[in-house]
Amino acid sequence: MRLRSLQILIFALLIAGWYLLTAPDLIPAFYFEQDNRAAFFFGEPQKVFWVIVAWFATGEIFSHLGVTLLETVLGFVIGSVFGLGVGLWLALSRTASAVTEPYIKGFNSMPRVVLAPIFAVWFGLGIWSKVALGVTLVFFVVFFNVYQGVREVSPTLIANARMLGASQRQLLRAIYLPSAMSWVFASLHNAVGLAFVGAVVGEYLGSSQGVGYLILQAEGTFDINTVFAGIVVLTVFALVLDAIVGAVEVRLMTWQPRTSETEKV
Amino acid sequence: MTRGVPALALEDVTCRFAARDGGASYVAVANTTLTVGAGEFVSVVGPTGCGKSTLLNVAAGLLAPSSGRVSVFGEALQPEQGVNRRAGYMFQADALMPWRTGIENVVAGLEFRGVPRAAARAQGETWLRRVGLAGFGDRYPHQMSGGMRKRLALAQTLILSPDILLMDEPFSALDIQTRQLMENELLALWAEDRKSVLFITHDLEEAISLSDRVVVLAAGPGTHPIGDFRIDLPRPRDVSEIRMTPAFLALHKEIWGAMKEEVLKAYASQKAA
Repeated sequence: MRLRSLQILIFALLIAGWYLLTAPDLIPAFYFEQDNRAAFFFGEPQKVFWVIVAWFATGEIFSHLGVTLLETVLGFVIGSVFGLGVGLWLALSRTASAVTEPYIKGFNSMPRVVLAPIFAVWFGLGIWSKVALGVTLVFFVVFFNVYQGVREVSPTLIANARMLGASQRQLLRAIYLPSAMSWVFASLHNAVGLAFVGAVVGEYLGSSQGVGYLILQAEGTFDINTVFAGIVVLTVFALVLDAIVGAVEVRLMTWQPRTSETEKV
Repeated sequence: MTRGVPALALEDVTCRFAARDGGASYVAVANTTLTVGAGEFVSVVGPTGCGKSTLLNVAAGLLAPSSGRVSVFGEALQPEQGVNRRAGYMFQADALMPWRTGIENVVAGLEFRGVPRAAARAQGETWLRRVGLAGFGDRYPHQMSGGMRKRLALAQTLILSPDILLMDEPFSALDIQTRQLMENELLALWAEDRKSVLFITHDLEEAISLSDRVVVLAAGPGTHPIGDFRIDLPRPRDVSEIRMTPAFLALHKEIWGAMKEEVLKAYASQKAA
């Protein structure tokens, strides 16, 4: 409870500081030459708030938010499935992983956000160019986690399953896949964030819909308050997505010990 | 063994491991011949790190020997064609699948063999009861104690009713009380249908109290049997009581006499390394 009140206090202080420093005529300008310059560059919290309220009240935001979230979810799901599949394949096939290693390394070290303009050319300005960017970002996070995870499955576990009569297929289903899944879940929080980045950056670079598009429009007219409103909405929904992933993780990963868990017999 | 075809026979087995950095190769097991008769409980004791587990992996078909032959009930075992199908293996380390509950772990082998789910579950429940874990089937391994996990592993192996049971220091991680409890349970389960058992341990007392025969291995590298002792203590046995009998003590003294030198040798070479 103490913790929560401290957290709220920090939030209140930030907003109050923001308001004090940006409200025109409230305190004499000490940095800018004119009173309204601070508000021009940094926006004003109460105006940001009213922009958000107006968005939700008129319903204008929903179609944009819907598009951004759809791009995020598609990028996330497609990227994760590909990452899981390729990760499993390369981890189980020594030859394939040896052959593809330099390419994987190359693609991973490339700053993949620069692919956005190319995707825009290939897939157009609709949602698919954003999904593609999200996929390239998510894929590598999941891929590396699965690859590492499968490589590190305990040899005893594999030997035991073989002695119990598991065929190669059954080994994949009973040992490698569940083991890889636990690593996928470890990377999901990261992956969701990156899918979101892919969607917003893609929209920002060229689109006709989405929260990134709203931000781009507002920036074009120097409407800083709307830019901040877009950032706030994105942040809140990123937190919501993260919470959803957390809830799914708890449900599916009941077999993993949690540090707080003391139940034992 | 004189009783018919041995359940498991290792003939002149040598295991050589290539050194990682191109140095001299390491010979873990050299020219070892070892048989386990049908229904016989054989323990292999030896100093730590002498290659006992290597021997067991060869018997399981998980590892191909560099030279020598392994036969199972008279048939040659070829590791290229898969593991030893007639053997169950209980590992020293935890080998349960952490993402499966107790019952799901127990029925894993049946599942791999395509036994229908309901039948497998019914058998699984029976086995949980037999190892004293009735009612714990829906727990995950991490929610169980070390002793419970060992029981679960035992049920997982025995549910397939293997003709040969390979055990690699299965109880070494347990405290002494739990351990004696498990040893008694193992003997009781074994007495029901007399599998052939190859039991690896570094604990001589455990070996004597469980076995029909104790084989002593030399210190590594290049380990091989240096003694073979028949244990003619009466059965059924209680492992904690049998340790007090004069016959047990006499056997212990005799075998320890043969083992002591090897243990010291192993200790000296490990200290030097």
